[in-house]
Amino acid sequence: MSLLSVSDVGKAYKTYRSELQRIAHWFFLPTKASSEHWVLKHINFAIEPGEAIGIIGQNGAGKSTLLKMITGTLQPTQGRVQVNGRIAAILELGMGFNPELSGRQNVYHAAGLMGFDVQQINDVIDDIEAFAEIGEYFDEAVRTYSSGMQMRVAFAVATAFRPEILIVDEALSVGDSYFQHKSFERIREFQRLGTSLLIVSHDRGAIQSLCSRALLLENGSIIKDGPPEQVMDYYNALIAEKENSTVQVKQLADGTVQTQSGSGEATIGTVALYDMQGTPVEFVAVGDKVTLSVQVEVHAPIPELVVGYVIKDRLGQHVFGTNTHHLGKALKALETGEKLEYRFDFEMNLGPGSYSVAVALHANEVHIGSNYEWRDLALVFNVVNTSKPQFVGMAWVPTAVECIR
Amino acid sequence: MFGMIKGVWSYRGFIISSIKNEFISRFARSKLGGLWMIIHPLAQVAIYALILSNVLAAKLPGIDNKYAYALYLMAGILAWNLFAEIVSRCLTLFIEQGNIMKKMRFPRITLPVIVVGSCLLNNVLLFAAVMLVFSLLGHYPTLQILWLIPLVMIVVALSVGIGLVLGILNVFLRDVGQVVPIVLQVLFWFTPIVYMVNVIPEHLRATLSFNPMYPIVTAYHDVLLYAKAPDLSQAVVMIGISFGLLLLGLFLFRRSVPEMVDVL
Repeated sequence: MSLLSVSDVGKAYKTYRSELQRIAHWFFLPTKASSEHWVLKHINFAIEPGEAIGIIGQNGAGKSTLLKMITGTLQPTQGRVQVNGRIAAILELGMGFNPELSGRQNVYHAAGLMGFDVQQINDVIDDIEAFAEIGEYFDEAVRTYSSGMQMRVAFAVATAFRPEILIVDEALSVGDSYFQHKSFERIREFQRLGTSLLIVSHDRGAIQSLCSRALLLENGSIIKDGPPEQVMDYYNALIAEKENSTVQVKQLADGTVQTQSGSGEATIGTVALYDMQGTPVEFVAVGDKVTLSVQVEVHAPIPELVVGYVIKDRLGQHVFGTNTHHLGKALKALETGEKLEYRFDFEMNLGPGSYSVAVALHANEVHIGSNYEWRDLALVFNVVNTSKPQFVGMAWVPTAVECIR
Repeated sequence: MFGMIKGVWSYRGFIISSIKNEFISRFARSKLGGLWMIIHPLAQVAIYALILSNVLAAKLPGIDNKYAYALYLMAGILAWNLFAEIVSRCLTLFIEQGNIMKKMRFPRITLPVIVVGSCLLNNVLLFAAVMLVFSLLGHYPTLQILWLIPLVMIVVALSVGIGLVLGILNVFLRDVGQVVPIVLQVLFWFTPIVYMVNVIPEHLRATLSFNPMYPIVTAYHDVLLYAKAPDLSQAVVMIGISFGLLLLGLFLFRRSVPEMVDVL
C-alpha cells in the first residue's frame, strides 16, 4: 500500500461575482463561481515507503499548491489525496514561534501544534535540546536568538518524531554548513528507516544526489515523471529555451557588447561540454572525463591564434584556466574562412557546484595584445558528487588513507 | 460536529499552552504584568463614575450604598467586556492566524477555542478584582452570584456565535472588520451600562429589546447588585438566541474553512 496517493487532483481558485454568492453557496444554494482559475490539473502519483521524490518546476508552476494539498492545509477542488501515515513538513521553519517565550516553551507549543501531547513531548525534549545544540540559549527568550539558532530549534522540533512522509523545502539550505550536514544526516537516517521524502528544490545537485525519481511541474501539470537525470535534462532544455529568447531581446537592445568583446577577426562558434560517449552534458560527476569543445571561425587573415578558456565558480573566481599557447598548440598564419574545432580533454576534478566557462580568442599568450573575441558565460555546467566519497572544497584530490598503529 | 469535539480534545495540550503563552507574552517585560488587564476596565469604570455620577447617581433606586453608581458600572462592564473581547478577537482571528493556517495542518476549531479560553481567563481575573472592589465599597456578594456561571455561558455562546460569523465574513469581505468596531461602540451605548434603563423615555425603551446584551446586562445587575435571581423568562429566550447563533457560527465555520485558506 502506498504511503501517499494523489489521484487526479486539481485545484481551482474560484471567484464569485459577489461574496454574497459565495456565502449562499455555503448554505447549499445553487450558485456558480463567476470564474475558476485552475492552478493544478490531473495530478497523479504515489509514493512508496522509503522512496524519495524530487519536485521541480519554475516559479508559479504549482509546486507549493501541490505541497499544501498534500499537507492538508488546502483542499483539492477535484480528485483526492490519500495519506497513510503522518506527514511532517520542513517548510517555513520557526513559524509560529513566539519571540517572548523561551526556546523550550516554544518547542512545547510547536510540537503541540503538530498534534503531540505534553507526555510525548516530555519524552523527546532532551533529544531536541541536544540536537539543536544552542546551549543555555534554549531557556532564553527566542527574541535573543540569531536566525540560525531559531532555525536549529525549529528543525529539531520538526524532526523530533520520525514521520512517514517528510516534505523538505528549500528552507533547508539555511543555517551553517555544520548544521546543514547534521540535518541532512537526520533526513537520510529517516529515509533508511522507511520515511518517504518529497523534496522541492531548484537545486539540481540536491535533487540528483537525494532522489530516485523526479516530477517536473509546468503550468499546473506533471509534464515529466522519471529518473532525476532525465527529468533534469528536460527541465534544463525548457529553461534554456526561455533564457535564449530573453538573451536575444537583450542583445538587440544593448548591442552585444556586454558579454562579448573583441575585434572580430576570429569568432567563437558553439561551445559545448561532452562526456566520453560524445553526448552534451550539463551535469558532470566528480572525476569524470569530459571534452570541452570550442568552434572557431576565422573571418580575416591573422598571424597567430591562441584559444584560451577559464572555468569560474559561481562567485566568478577563477578555478582553472589555460590556453593553446601554454599547451603548445598555437597556430600561425590563418586564412579567411577557416573553421576549426578545439577539443580540450580533461578530468572534472572539481568539487560539487555550479561553474561557468569563459572563452577567448587572441594572439600571443595573453589576450591583452590582440583580442579577437572574448566571451563570458559561454557555457554553464554543474558538478555533482555521485561516485566519490564525501568531500568538501572546490577541487577533487584523489586520496588514499593508510593508518599505522 | 463530533469531529470538532474530537479535534479540540486531542489538541487540548496545545490549547492550554496557547492560552498560557498568550498570557505570558502579552505582559512579558512589563512591570505590572497581568495587573494591566484589570487596571484597564477599572480605570474605565473610574472615569465614567467620576464624570457621570452626579448626573446619573440620583436615578439609581434599590441599592443602599453611596457608591451605588460605581457598583452598577462595574457589573455592566464585567458582562460587556467578555462579550466585546470575544467578538472583536474572533473578528480578526482568521486573518491574524492566516499564515499558520496556510502552512500547518491542525483542527481549525482550536483557534476560536483558544480565544474563548483566554478571554474567560481575563474575565475571571476581572471578576475577582470587581469582587474585591465591591467588598471595599461595602457591598458584599451573596450566593446569588452563582447565577453568573450560566450567564457567562450564555455570553460566551452569544459572542462566539456572532464573532465566528463576523470573523468568517471578514476573511472574504474586509469591510466587516472596519464596520464591527463602530457597531460595537454603538451597541455599548445602546446597552444600559453607564446609564439606567429608566432614563430612556418609555416609547423608546422597546427598541432596546432588540439588543441581545440588554437582558444579559440586566441579569448581571440583578445578580451582582440586587442579589436576586435573573428574570428566567428572559433567560430562556437568551439561551435560545445564543445557542442558535453559536450553531450558525459553527455551521458557517465548517462550510467556509476549506475556502478560507484559498483567499487568505
